[in-house]
Amino acid sequence: MSVWADLVGQSRTVDTLTRAVADPGSMTHAWLFTGPPGSGRSNAARAFAAALLCERGGCGQCHECRTALDGTHADVDVVATQGLSIQVARARELADAAAHRPSVGAWRVIIVEDADRLTERAADALLKAIEEPVARTVWVLCAPALEDVIITLRSRSRHVRLRTPPVRDVADLLVRRDGVDPSMAMYAARAAQSHIGLARRLARDEGARIRRRDVVRMSTRIRTTVDALAAAADLASIAGEETTASSTERDAAERTKLLETLGADPAARTQPPAVRARLAALEKEQKTRATRFARDVVDRSLVDLMSAYRDALLLHLGSPVDLVNEDLRPDVEKVAHAMDPTQLLAAMDAITTARERIEANVPPLLALEAMAVSLRLPRR
Amino acid sequence: MSSSPTSGGVPALVLVSGPERVLADRAVDSTLTALRSVEPGVEVIRLDADAYEPGSLVQHASPSLFGGVKALVVRGIDAGTDELLADTLAVVAEVAAAPPGDLTLVVEHRGGARGKKVLDTLKKAGARVLEAPAIKTDREKSEFVTNEFRRRGRRIDPAAVRALVEAVGRDVSELAAACGQLADDSTGVVDADLVETYHGGRVEATGFKVAETALAGDTPAALRLLRHALAGGLDPVPIVAVIASQLRQLVKVSGAGRGPSGSLAKSLGMAPWQIDKARRLANGWTDDALGAAVQAVAAADFDVKGGGRDPVYALERAILTIGRARTGR
Repeated sequence: MSVWADLVGQSRTVDTLTRAVADPGSMTHAWLFTGPPGSGRSNAARAFAAALLCERGGCGQCHECRTALDGTHADVDVVATQGLSIQVARARELADAAAHRPSVGAWRVIIVEDADRLTERAADALLKAIEEPVARTVWVLCAPALEDVIITLRSRSRHVRLRTPPVRDVADLLVRRDGVDPSMAMYAARAAQSHIGLARRLARDEGARIRRRDVVRMSTRIRTTVDALAAAADLASIAGEETTASSTERDAAERTKLLETLGADPAARTQPPAVRARLAALEKEQKTRATRFARDVVDRSLVDLMSAYRDALLLHLGSPVDLVNEDLRPDVEKVAHAMDPTQLLAAMDAITTARERIEANVPPLLALEAMAVSLRLPRR
Repeated sequence: MSSSPTSGGVPALVLVSGPERVLADRAVDSTLTALRSVEPGVEVIRLDADAYEPGSLVQHASPSLFGGVKALVVRGIDAGTDELLADTLAVVAEVAAAPPGDLTLVVEHRGGARGKKVLDTLKKAGARVLEAPAIKTDREKSEFVTNEFRRRGRRIDPAAVRALVEAVGRDVSELAAACGQLADDSTGVVDADLVETYHGGRVEATGFKVAETALAGDTPAALRLLRHALAGGLDPVPIVAVIASQLRQLVKVSGAGRGPSGSLAKSLGMAPWQIDKARRLANGWTDDALGAAVQAVAAADFDVKGGGRDPVYALERAILTIGRARTGR
């Protein structure tokens, strides 16, 4: 099975990349992969790394392929951040690493999974390394869209655009790779709007399906300002719960591990100052991570909510395109009945505004409240 | 165990405990004054916790070759290093066991858990404890002002107290200085007119006051307060946050129906007094108006965080929008 197998619905990208692997004339030292979230940017980057390092051009079986796909290969650096941004210090380390020759394979591959999260200074620190690369170093930057990466990095790299994979292909992948039931796979792929990771979660996690349904149904519920603020509080608290649920266990484990590394007694009531300082640093890091996670969860809920209005608009226009929320058709019809196309578009605008505001550090609850107020169903 | 008095009725160990700077300074001063009244040549050594060098306390505490009475003042022991705490404990134990007669140790502790052991040891050793409680609420400040004048054998009428707290109440030391000035410059009962002469036109505005006034629909007053607040050094960002949270409470209360505030408190997650206050503000607001206000505040929050060019203008616009929304124009 080739390394490209899990990259569904991206045949043109796969063609470009296999050609680059096979023919030195088509190879470039810096690549920029863009595509909507969940389209498989980072998978494509890892598959590309595997194909470059594999002696058979990406067989998917050999040691090189497997370690490259895992991100554990000695010549593959994978940079991802769980915080809000990639700082300049990390970028400088990368620029240093880029100057080294590969240790075992033919190439040194540096994958920056969140190139959109490079701070401006961090991106500047990479410019030189990317512009004048060492002979066997390849940069692969990943970002949702070209505009998310500063222009000077854009102009130094070759752009590969991943498209939103067709729903059918995503469903097939879920059936083939994760053994999901075909009808469930179809539902999940559609509801996740072809976001592969999300679709997988929806297919496997009942709680995620319930949360999603609650969010979409919010569109039929808001009538007054009082409702709107209650709905916003619900949205925010769902995000909060999900954040704590996912982070509490991991945070505690990290703490125990740090104490072990420092040789401190985990049961002690107060730790010595040196240990306390390290613990404080860890807690700070965990807090940024939680902030980012909570924002991501809210953002995802907003995408779900937006799909309700998108579907309602499709019903108005009589378009033959499939509904994202086929399973919640009655709710979508209710929204379509209550709002005309202009109002639906205004609602979608309000959601976009809220996403922008949260991005700009407006407290999520306040941004959601203002959005929910704009989503009130008009009185008849 | 009790430390015997040295001179001027001051015991060998004095603990000044509490966060209020002005009161703590005053307690230390009065202790030193009492000492000096008996022993004019007392040598005062002040040690700051921030710049403490290990061992220096013990060194100062040991008898001098030339004799003479000493007063050691240790400030901010609640933020002290472990060495300072250990040294203080050692000196306290020594003094408690055998009062030297020519040494007074004054320890200042502002609060918190750090240095608790020193605190307890001092109390156990019979140290004189002088309190310096925090002065935070308007009521505490009013009491403080009244006491300030009483201390000087003067009287101030209640309206003047209110005016003074409103004008310079944000900083207690400033308040103390203002009281001193008024008392020195005048005779008889201090009244509101006199306060007006000295501090007229100046208003201490907080984000809460701005929010409350704006939501009550008094737009001109809210804008004026906003200007005072900004001139007083407040940042636009927390002001917007306060308006948002007050508005949130208003909406919650307006959707909660009648019922006594005590029973609603739990379900709304608000204190009963907050509910009562929000209820008073909620008069005159319609549901749509509240919606418009929420949107205005969210837009302002985005603007003050870099979305707009002028944070102050963003805030003013939000307040104007809130006012217009309330009156329905």
